[in-house]
Amino acid sequence: MASAHTAPLGLAAESRPPVAAAPPMPDVLPPVKPRRGLVGFVYRHPTMAIGGFLLLVMIFIAVFAPLLWTVDPTALAPARRTREPSLEHWFGTDMLGRDVYSRVMYGARVSLIVGFAVAILSSVIGLAIGLVSGFIRVADGIIMRIMDGLMSIPPILLAIALMALTRGSVQNVIIAITIAEIPRVSRLVRGVVLSLREQPYVEAAVAAGTRTPMIILRHILPNTLAPITVQATYICASAMIVEAILSFIGAGTPPIIPSWGNIMAEGRALWQVKPYIVFFPALFLSITVLAVNLLGDGLRDALDPRMAKRL
Amino acid sequence: MLAYVVRRILATIPVMAVVALFVFSLLYIAPGDPAAVIAGDQATPEDVERIRASLGLDRPFLVRFGEWVIRILQGDLGVSIFTNLPVTTMIAQRIEPTLSLMVLTLILAVVVAIPMGVLAAWKQGTWIDRGVMAFAVLGFSVPVFVVGYLLAYVFALELEWLPVQGYTSFSAGFWPWLENLILPAVALGSVYIALIARITRATMLEVLSQDYIRTARAKGASQGSILFLHALKNAAVPIVTVIGIGIALLIGGAVVTESVFAIPGLGRLTVDAILRRDYPVIQGVVLLFSFIYVLVNLAIDLVYTLFDPRIRY
Repeated sequence: MASAHTAPLGLAAESRPPVAAAPPMPDVLPPVKPRRGLVGFVYRHPTMAIGGFLLLVMIFIAVFAPLLWTVDPTALAPARRTREPSLEHWFGTDMLGRDVYSRVMYGARVSLIVGFAVAILSSVIGLAIGLVSGFIRVADGIIMRIMDGLMSIPPILLAIALMALTRGSVQNVIIAITIAEIPRVSRLVRGVVLSLREQPYVEAAVAAGTRTPMIILRHILPNTLAPITVQATYICASAMIVEAILSFIGAGTPPIIPSWGNIMAEGRALWQVKPYIVFFPALFLSITVLAVNLLGDGLRDALDPRMAKRL
Repeated sequence: MLAYVVRRILATIPVMAVVALFVFSLLYIAPGDPAAVIAGDQATPEDVERIRASLGLDRPFLVRFGEWVIRILQGDLGVSIFTNLPVTTMIAQRIEPTLSLMVLTLILAVVVAIPMGVLAAWKQGTWIDRGVMAFAVLGFSVPVFVVGYLLAYVFALELEWLPVQGYTSFSAGFWPWLENLILPAVALGSVYIALIARITRATMLEVLSQDYIRTARAKGASQGSILFLHALKNAAVPIVTVIGIGIALLIGGAVVTESVFAIPGLGRLTVDAILRRDYPVIQGVVLLFSFIYVLVNLAIDLVYTLFDPRIRY
């Protein structure tokens, strides 16, 4: 091994004892000192770090909303309506005198719950449908025709149509958006499954007599996790936007629940004179969606380095 | 070639069938019994039963679905529960603003996004590239209605360059029409521009690394002709695909944009229909938009064969 290394340097191996002959390698590359811990993570994945940090802040706000100097977000005070932002009401008050700051803080709960719930539910259901479709030839044709059909209805319209059937509640919003998102996940999983089935190691497992459930568990599932995780973060971001849109047009969460879409819907009539009612929930919504998107971009770069410098 | 075109057109039939089945099921599972509503409070159960039979509501699901599809194919989308007008009439009254908005946004997005993406790919790694990418992330993250309010506040309320809200028909002149649509189109276009710019950059990066681009440089082709003639032409297929898929974003976004800018289009019609639970109108709008979406993507698939003679299915 030593001679193999020294030979390209043009040293005569015979003239000296082989072991002592190896001269110090020139410092072609400076020593790489890997940064570890949190600093290293931020250094290597800045987008993921920024996105993760912003998202943690929002989760903190959602969890500890009652402790963050808020008042009851549904408390009416007609005498103090449409106050400008002040020390007493940081984000002002709305048409019914409710404290916009408190409503925005509590509103984080709805957005995050809807975002996470839709991301998890549609990933799990989409994974199941995609696996069935990828493994059972007979089912594949029918399932994919149904998914193609659902995909050709623009997702927001699909969610709106479903919401028209039920009364507004957080649960129904989650179900409606999940149904709208499932086709995309199923298609993704099916694509991954079909390409994995052609892989030599899967063929080897089949040839070795491994049963299909075991192949799915050991060879297919682990390989679908990376793309699904990335997809789930994007779904989370889009679900939060769709929830806000549904609430904004009056087909989402009931007005009694403070969600960012609802606060904006209520501020809509007055936005030309009291823009802050619309501004603050819009700002928080945008920051949260940005955080999740950055996290998604970071995850994609980290999980698929080939794509990292492209998209 | 002809066989492919025919096959591709036939393939849209099952897709539209699924859409139709979904849309029909909406009314079928919708809460509330139309027969009971028509019969009124005074009606006996026998009256309700008779009205149900006269409306044909007592027949099997598939029979009713079949009849409904036949009526749709004849151009009859039913009658609005709220206004008693045919849904086709209501859609016809509202379609101009929405189509204007969508076509203007489409043109704006393509004209802005493709040069942006090409520039980012050409200047890969520079601050221009990073700027375009940052814009793309922002475009994906800031919801349409937020962009809309922001633009309306700055350019209409503060600077007073453009009208705040409303719509003027094209028949009233080009400028009044355009004036009202500029802000909505920019707001609606933000996501779409981000989407197209990103895919343009990605595809251009791939194409620019190929051998024939080096050949073009070697023979002394100018930078502009390399980027826009040699490279962009070969990057066209993925870009056009994404433009087609993005129409879905445009349709969904139009519903909200029309609410923000008080444009009396199909989006407003949809929102009003939901608040009133006017199912025939919701069905009509969903069917129409899905049909447009499927048709556009069909057209794009067929146009591929023009862009890329290598595609022969």
